[in-house]
Amino acid sequence: MMEFLNHFGEVFSPVSFLLLLGGTIGGLILGATPGLSPTMAVALLIPFTFHLQPVQGLILLGAAYTSTVAGGAVSAILLKIPGAPANIATTLDGHTMAKQGQGARALQLSFLASAFGGIIGVMLLIFLTPVLAQWALAFGPSHLFWLAILGVTVIGTLDGSSVVKGLLSGCIGLWLATIGFDDILGAQRFVVHPALGGGVNIIAALIGLFAIPQVISMLAKGRQRQDVEVIAVQSHPIGAAIRELLQRTRALGIGTVTGSIVGLIPGIGGQIAGLVAYDQSKKFSTEPQKYGTGHSEGVIAAESANNAMVGPSLVPLLTLSIPGSPTAAVLLGGLLIHGIFPGSDLFDNHPEVAWTFINSMLIGQVLMLLFGLYIAGLAARVAMVPPSVMAAVVLGLAVFGAYSVQNSMGDVYVMAVLGIMMYVLERYGYSAAPLVLGLILGPIAEANFIQGSLIANATDGPVAYFLTGGLNIALICIVLASITYSIAMELRSRRRAREAVA
Amino acid sequence: MTRLGQILPPAVIAAVGAWVAWISYTQQPADAFLFPRLISTVFVLLALWALGQAILGRARVEAGISWKALSNLAPGFLVLLVYVFWAAKSLGFYTATAIGFFLLLSLYDPGDHRAPRVWARRLAITAVFTLVMYGLFAQLLNVFTPREVLF
Repeated sequence: MMEFLNHFGEVFSPVSFLLLLGGTIGGLILGATPGLSPTMAVALLIPFTFHLQPVQGLILLGAAYTSTVAGGAVSAILLKIPGAPANIATTLDGHTMAKQGQGARALQLSFLASAFGGIIGVMLLIFLTPVLAQWALAFGPSHLFWLAILGVTVIGTLDGSSVVKGLLSGCIGLWLATIGFDDILGAQRFVVHPALGGGVNIIAALIGLFAIPQVISMLAKGRQRQDVEVIAVQSHPIGAAIRELLQRTRALGIGTVTGSIVGLIPGIGGQIAGLVAYDQSKKFSTEPQKYGTGHSEGVIAAESANNAMVGPSLVPLLTLSIPGSPTAAVLLGGLLIHGIFPGSDLFDNHPEVAWTFINSMLIGQVLMLLFGLYIAGLAARVAMVPPSVMAAVVLGLAVFGAYSVQNSMGDVYVMAVLGIMMYVLERYGYSAAPLVLGLILGPIAEANFIQGSLIANATDGPVAYFLTGGLNIALICIVLASITYSIAMELRSRRRAREAVA
Repeated sequence: MTRLGQILPPAVIAAVGAWVAWISYTQQPADAFLFPRLISTVFVLLALWALGQAILGRARVEAGISWKALSNLAPGFLVLLVYVFWAAKSLGFYTATAIGFFLLLSLYDPGDHRAPRVWARRLAITAVFTLVMYGLFAQLLNVFTPREVLF
């Protein structure tokens, strides 16, 4: 249980620590930039990890993931533009505080709450992951097949506004994963262009699906000025902020617990964590009327929640290969390109990779707190970069990043086509997250489906093998429950919308 | 958004789903298409459901792509297509990146096109970005990119 302590020293090796530091500072600045979501930042960073050792690459990606979520609070507070969807709730009170001349206090409380929530979240990751990884050893091909389907289904039904469109996105991802040569018989499948001969490269696809729609969205707005004003930050004693945080333990606790629970559920992102924590904190507050008027509890609850979500969102990823969030899905892509497969294999055969990565996220929280307070002003200035520059920069990075995966123009074409397709799909209510999950989990689902079919043919047949047994039935029930729940929620929201119109 | 605008995307998706299913059920060896058959069946059913909802007017109306967005997008999209599908390979990555970056910046930068200072700033930003990319990818990561013109 305490094995993580044996690998603490590796985080402080010069290269690893420099990457952690660079990833944290870079992530804070990227996170503050509206339009650069944590998922896109991590996707664009993956090509830079090819030339690093697996553990070093993961440290960079983990640091970027953690700090982009926290960095998004800077633009939320100082510009009223959430750096990421996870920071939407932070704007409600954070920006009002900044307008009242309390910007420094809001930023300090935000980073302190983020660090507290983040540390608790990573501790959960440390203690839950090995237990679940051992439990995952009992999983056979049928269970792994259903788990992969569960990952796609849950994120498909919970992520978007329409259950059917979410599931369709997942199906498109699963289909894209089958393009190329079949692993067992070597037959070509759906290869309509030579660029698809080797299949859809996951990293090129991730870059395309997350970066290109953002570029096109920025271009679709035309020539626009950044007419936002950065609110100047006056100094505020950090000791006072710490004392205030200790007095607001209810908001801090609600935020941390909510974020941790939300993180553990695959498919629900930081946006939900922040908003649910804000709402719950308001309900349990003795001063609910102050929420929305620049109340520090709102900032504390939202920021502790969105960072507490980060660690637990990696639990299903590192144990069962089921990413808890779109960013975790991108991290899974980063793991796979280094030949590392999540699950018990990761902790049994690569403990130094797993534990150094997890430990670096713990140390990253402290670095994020230390540097976040100092570079908040700079980060807010970076957030003012005009969309024209941002679009051109992201496009350039996307093209170079996709090419550098395999030095192949085919990957660049795949990246661009998928990106353009995703932009159109997003405009019509289809979400990228289930598609990405389908693409990543597709090979896992297919391999276990084929393996399971072979076993089934030699034993009781496919129906008995895939549809009976306690664990199979439990997983199928969860799949059906998530679909039923989401349909019920969708119908309810439509009914309310109709009633509101009437 | 018009009814046609709502129907068109699910119709295209249903057509793709039908093509995937047709390939999956007709191509050989059948064993290689076992999993694609499974997912294409679900794909087609969901796509038909989405199409049916759109035809009956029960689909949630989404933002879609407005004509204004399309007209804003058109020049930049053209630059994107030429950059990715022709210039990057034919002119070389760095030359194409510099030209593409400068064009996008010039097309979408709200600065005054008549002011020499604005053009100088655009050129400076383009030069810095190209140099950063060259330093990162060519020097630091040793990524060999097509270099047809200049570098």
